[in-house]
Amino acid sequence: MNGSRAVTPMGSAAASAWEELVTAALLGTERRTPPGCPPGRQAPVTLLDAAAVETVRRRAGLRPAPAAARLEPAAADPRPPLPPAAARRLALLLADRPGTPGGSGRRGTAPDLMELLPQWLAAANAHGFAAPPQVLPALLDAARGRTDLRPAALAFAGPRALWLARLNPDWRFALRSTPGGGAALPGAEETERIQQLWQEGLFAERVSLLAAIRAREPAAARELLETTWATERAEDRLMFLDSLRMGLRAEDEPFLERALADRSRNVRATAAELLSALPDSALAARMAVRAGACVALDHANSAEAGGGTRGEAVLVVEAPHECDAGMERDGVVAKAPAGRGERSWWLGQLVEAAPLGSWSGRLGGRTPEKIVALPVADDWQGELHAAWCRAAVRQRNADWSRALLGAPSTPEAGGPGAVSLAERAKLLATLDSAERAAWVAGFIATHGLSEAFQLLGVCAVPWAPPLGRAVVDALNIARDAGSYPWSFSGVMGLAERCLDPSEADRLDGLLAIPDEGEDASPGAGSYWAEAFQRLVGTLRLRAAMAEELRN
Amino acid sequence: MDRCEDRLSVPGSTFDVMTQQGVRWTADQVLALAPDVSSRKAGSKLGASGPWSEAGSSDEGTVWGLCKGSGSKPYQTVVDIADATGPAYKCSCPSRKFPCKHALGLLLLWAGGDGAVPRGEAPGWAEEWLTGRRKRAEEKRAAGPAGSPSGDPEAARRRAERRAERITAGATELEQRLADLLRGGLATAEQAGYGLWEETAARMVDAQAPGLAARVRELGAIPASGPGWPVRLLEECALLHLLDRGWLRRDELPDGLAATVRSRIGVPGSAEGPPVRDHWLVLAQYETADARLTTRRIWLHGAESGRTALLLSYGAAGRAPELALPVGLAFEAEVSAYPGAGQLRAALGERFTPPAPTEVRPPGTTTTCAAERYGEALRADPWLDSFPVTLDRVMPVPVGGSWQLADADTDLALPLAPSAVAHPGLWRLVALSGGGPVTVFGECGHRGFTPLTAWPEGVVGQAVPLC
Repeated sequence: MNGSRAVTPMGSAAASAWEELVTAALLGTERRTPPGCPPGRQAPVTLLDAAAVETVRRRAGLRPAPAAARLEPAAADPRPPLPPAAARRLALLLADRPGTPGGSGRRGTAPDLMELLPQWLAAANAHGFAAPPQVLPALLDAARGRTDLRPAALAFAGPRALWLARLNPDWRFALRSTPGGGAALPGAEETERIQQLWQEGLFAERVSLLAAIRAREPAAARELLETTWATERAEDRLMFLDSLRMGLRAEDEPFLERALADRSRNVRATAAELLSALPDSALAARMAVRAGACVALDHANSAEAGGGTRGEAVLVVEAPHECDAGMERDGVVAKAPAGRGERSWWLGQLVEAAPLGSWSGRLGGRTPEKIVALPVADDWQGELHAAWCRAAVRQRNADWSRALLGAPSTPEAGGPGAVSLAERAKLLATLDSAERAAWVAGFIATHGLSEAFQLLGVCAVPWAPPLGRAVVDALNIARDAGSYPWSFSGVMGLAERCLDPSEADRLDGLLAIPDEGEDASPGAGSYWAEAFQRLVGTLRLRAAMAEELRN
Repeated sequence: MDRCEDRLSVPGSTFDVMTQQGVRWTADQVLALAPDVSSRKAGSKLGASGPWSEAGSSDEGTVWGLCKGSGSKPYQTVVDIADATGPAYKCSCPSRKFPCKHALGLLLLWAGGDGAVPRGEAPGWAEEWLTGRRKRAEEKRAAGPAGSPSGDPEAARRRAERRAERITAGATELEQRLADLLRGGLATAEQAGYGLWEETAARMVDAQAPGLAARVRELGAIPASGPGWPVRLLEECALLHLLDRGWLRRDELPDGLAATVRSRIGVPGSAEGPPVRDHWLVLAQYETADARLTTRRIWLHGAESGRTALLLSYGAAGRAPELALPVGLAFEAEVSAYPGAGQLRAALGERFTPPAPTEVRPPGTTTTCAAERYGEALRADPWLDSFPVTLDRVMPVPVGGSWQLADADTDLALPLAPSAVAHPGLWRLVALSGGGPVTVFGECGHRGFTPLTAWPEGVVGQAVPLC
């Protein structure tokens, strides 16, 4: 019997008698006669008789084995348990995991439950409920397959999930995703433990430690990093430096300035990028001077250059002629990518790193709107505006973002103007959520849904009422235009997850199958009805989910 | 030997909860009814109010609704969960799955309890089907259990005799094959491979001894089952030999043991035991399947009688067996035992209440007593692989690549069966325990302990199915 079986308390005599039987059976009674058996025709039967008695005796004599070392109990979860209805809902959402075979490709009218899991988790976390222990394996499996679920899933799963993850290699990701691998991080006062973990810990543990301290006490994290900075490997320096991005402040400047002289180019570039996000830093001031030297107002030439009325100002751009050592030290990359002129490449980097606040003073006290509206001579507008966009995103400057976005209803907002959709989405992210929603609503009202997906993705959930109405109206127009709903499946999916559930009642009118118009695609009407049914069904389900968690 | 007394987990258990009619099931309990994984998935997608209209439920345990499908006319779905012979389903969809995804979705919607399935009067189409069903059930009950198909007892006796003769011939042939095997040595079995055993199994099927055939087929798999196979093969050969001898000399055996032998050989019997009326807690439900047959095993615990009973239900390959009971719920019913010493198998008779939530838990015991019970049970049925027990205050503990269930209050532990270590249910058990004690129902046998259901320690908590 192997070691994992229960102990059989047989005397050694009985044990060896059984061994003899097994040996005789393996070799055959023709070659080996078991003890106490007469050889001959009856030997196999006698052997089987004896083995049957031994087998039943051995089984009947099984006794428990000594227990192995007990597990350290999981840390208590002080959060209140889920209401029963919410616990049932969670079981349903988790039962709909992808990878479970079956189900057809077409979506039909039923809600996509897995897509609702992120919301459910966010709501449960907002209420501060504890996860039922028995769902943790399914929850960890779901989070294992979808990295975007992990932060919310692990927050909800709580301390017991980390306890479990230490027992099952499939769930190691949970330890990596949680600061300190789930072990309690040293508290602020435990300087000795902090020092020990920082000196001896694994790289991932050190990154987590640094991030945790940075969140708690930004200066202390920087000081800790400085103690070992000179001895870290280049790729580690890069990661550690990057963790200063969170809670970046003016006090970090001296350290970052020193990092500009780092041996590694990537470290230098990151230090420069961080410094340029500090508008009052010396680097930002140097960049402001450099960028300012490249862009100037010209009143005299305006008539010839832009063809506008006399006296109207024009921006004239004079890109740098060289990338000097000072620029390189401040993070400007000298070598342009293939296909780009190096002068415009340098200009872009200077303008991107220069503090946006410096332009107004340099350009006659104009507001960002006025500056963006200025005509630009010699086709430099694209390059200049793109650099300003990057600067607005990096410096999270809402005034400049608003100016660069322009009015959502302008025709160029819908087309591939100077500012791409991806850049617009990034600019929108610097605005507050109400303004963001209003801009996207205006955009959809003018340009429809075909370009809206990326912009909707940055809007706060649930969508503000004007935005929700704009999306529903646009879907309705698309239906009336006779196209198929799957051209809009991306937006539909977003609407299912993001529309305010209270809008469900307003959608009831769209559930019926409309009369087919002459130029409509065949059968489109019933597919639209199906899509709207799924939308309404999902909204009602979300309302029910929210209600269950409130009880 | 110290006496193994059961420790009652819920002293003075009451059945107040049983009177709450129309208590809703949990999603897990509904999904357990699904015939396969794809129905499970399709059903859970329909468990939202979107496609449903005019849904409702009655206090008598009926749920109905209209489900929008791909056609113009919605499907009419009705489920009777109070039916005495198990949940009954009716749906106008063309699916041959049973229950279909619409019935599952409707039950999930009902279980979700968010007002999508209000109390109400059943519509005409549902009422019609219900009355028809209940009338037929009434007639069947009135007709009584005396429904023996062939009226001629003399013919039946002759058939039984002919069958016994064929089994005897089969058992004799099998004895010969076992003797040949042992004479040449088990080592030859490794080379002979599957074919030899398959052929022998087919001979046993011809001999109308399905129990022997199944055991022979299992012998065929042992030589490839990893280290220690000669020991396992000798054990199983010896027990098969014991069963052969038991059949050939059944006239000399006490009645109970002879009945056990007949049942192990696979001679069909009928549940002749007196009906025991009790509140039966559903301890566990799980399926095993081979290429031909799906077997569903349902363990019940009688709250008043203290008895443990096993219900078996079969489905043709790929189809779910019809009988399904949600784990953790209890219902009042009559159960009759099948013959045979140490046999726990029973047949479900009349049911008096639908399954409803309960606070009853099976009384638990220690690992030492669990092992002892299995040993005791072997006395009546030496072919028993495992015996159902509830362990009280145990905790899962990893040991090497395997796991144990350790007593919280002693230094002893039962190893988990290898199949249980590989099963995902293990992690639900570990998660529920969190390093602390839990109550675990399962099967304790010579391969180790197989956990089937667990309850959290202390305060009332739902049963967590592990299988």
